[in-house]
Amino acid sequence: MTDARYSPLHDLHVDLGASFTDFAGWQMPVRYDSDLAEHHAVRERVGMFDISHMAEISVTGADAGGFLDFAVAGKMSALALGQAKYTLLLTDGGTVIDDLIIYRLGDEHWLVVANAGNRFAVLDALNERAAGFSATVVDQSDETAMIAVQGPKALAVLQSTIGLELAEAASARPESTLSDLKYYWTLPAVFLGNPVLIARTGYTGEDGFELYIDASVAAQLWVALAGAGAPHGIVPCGLACRDTLRLEAGMPLYGHELTLDIRPAQAGLGKVVALSKEGDFVGRAASEVELPADAPVLVALVGEGKRAARADYEVFSGESRIGVVTSGALSPTLGFPIALAYVHPAHSGVGSVVDVDVRGTRIPFTVSQLPFYRRKKD
Amino acid sequence: MSNPTDLHYTEEHEWLRVDGDNAVVGITAYAAEKLGDVVYVDLPKVGAAIKAGTVVGEIESTKSVGELYAPADGTVVAVNDAVVASPELVNSDPFGDGWLIKIEVGALPQLLTADQYTALTGE
Repeated sequence: MTDARYSPLHDLHVDLGASFTDFAGWQMPVRYDSDLAEHHAVRERVGMFDISHMAEISVTGADAGGFLDFAVAGKMSALALGQAKYTLLLTDGGTVIDDLIIYRLGDEHWLVVANAGNRFAVLDALNERAAGFSATVVDQSDETAMIAVQGPKALAVLQSTIGLELAEAASARPESTLSDLKYYWTLPAVFLGNPVLIARTGYTGEDGFELYIDASVAAQLWVALAGAGAPHGIVPCGLACRDTLRLEAGMPLYGHELTLDIRPAQAGLGKVVALSKEGDFVGRAASEVELPADAPVLVALVGEGKRAARADYEVFSGESRIGVVTSGALSPTLGFPIALAYVHPAHSGVGSVVDVDVRGTRIPFTVSQLPFYRRKKD
Repeated sequence: MSNPTDLHYTEEHEWLRVDGDNAVVGITAYAAEKLGDVVYVDLPKVGAAIKAGTVVGEIESTKSVGELYAPADGTVVAVNDAVVASPELVNSDPFGDGWLIKIEVGALPQLLTADQYTALTGE
């Protein structure tokens, strides 16, 4: 076990009274006060998250786009300047090394954002796959901080953050203001003279932004965002509510819904694998083989009452074990238990009723549509 | 939150308020804080015989499940219906309205004082 790692914002979190948890070797805030209150703040107003544990890897060079097309499951060369895409890094066997967001930042410049726990697996895979391409892979995780501002008031917060301005280059973009910025697009910005990448992305199911900035000025940006957010009721949010928010939104979490044993099609992510793109990519041949008829598939489960099905609880139909829960909680927004589970495909139809073994008690759950929660668009 | 000195404590982070043969049982502020927001409690039925050290209930937060251990041999004489309806009482008033069960006890086992419990948790 190596020493714990700390976010560049750690001292701020301590001052805010955060409780910390180990996440992929990082000591990160799990909650500041009440994870339920933090969850509701994001749904109803706005919350801010330190997600500096995420890994940022730049890919540059004349062949950078072609290299990424070979290295990951999606067609990254097709991204427009400023556009982002959710994609997967696959093994030769077509299983998932990590899920990624990749941003195109220039003609020959992409940014790969990976999960903290997969930083080195992703780096190793990218470096290995870069052989023969004119492309340079650089790990920028240590010097990059990441702050997410999420919730219906997120736009208003960013627009009123003192010292945060769009960069001149933003004016050349088709959507040149934050209010026009579309989901999964970015704009370049400046905070106190330092470049900031503002992305309209998130992991909560709400409108919101993720901001990338040099670690040395991250604390100042956090304070400025908190100040701008105060009139909107912004609260700092920990990883506990981040997990319940993403679960309600039906978003997978690596290590739970996605693993080295899972193929994207099992997780409902078959479309993320761009089999229509030209040329070979790692995992292509394996992905072209249909799933075995009995391969477990990811389903959404909803229950009655208040008892949550949690990760690793077994799923039954009668006396037959048909699957396992990968994530679950009592949904703070909906008020009933929700879970994601891998089950035998015979039981994956919406409306199927299964039992979850909740510490010795069988509790019925019904297969439902994803997501559990969808925000109302105004 | 400091641990009230008129209560007894267990190493499983329960407190007991002993009054004659009866003891009211809850979990400590330290335990509630570690759990996070409590969203569900499962308590034994009134009349149930309980045995010291065995699991007799569950306290669930959004993130985890805590077990309620019987602090002594005895019989459950009351459960806190208010905390079943409003589990957040465990967080807001762990030593008061967030009590869980009342038991009739025979002999009390060795329990911790507030000072000993505070030393145990290091807070």
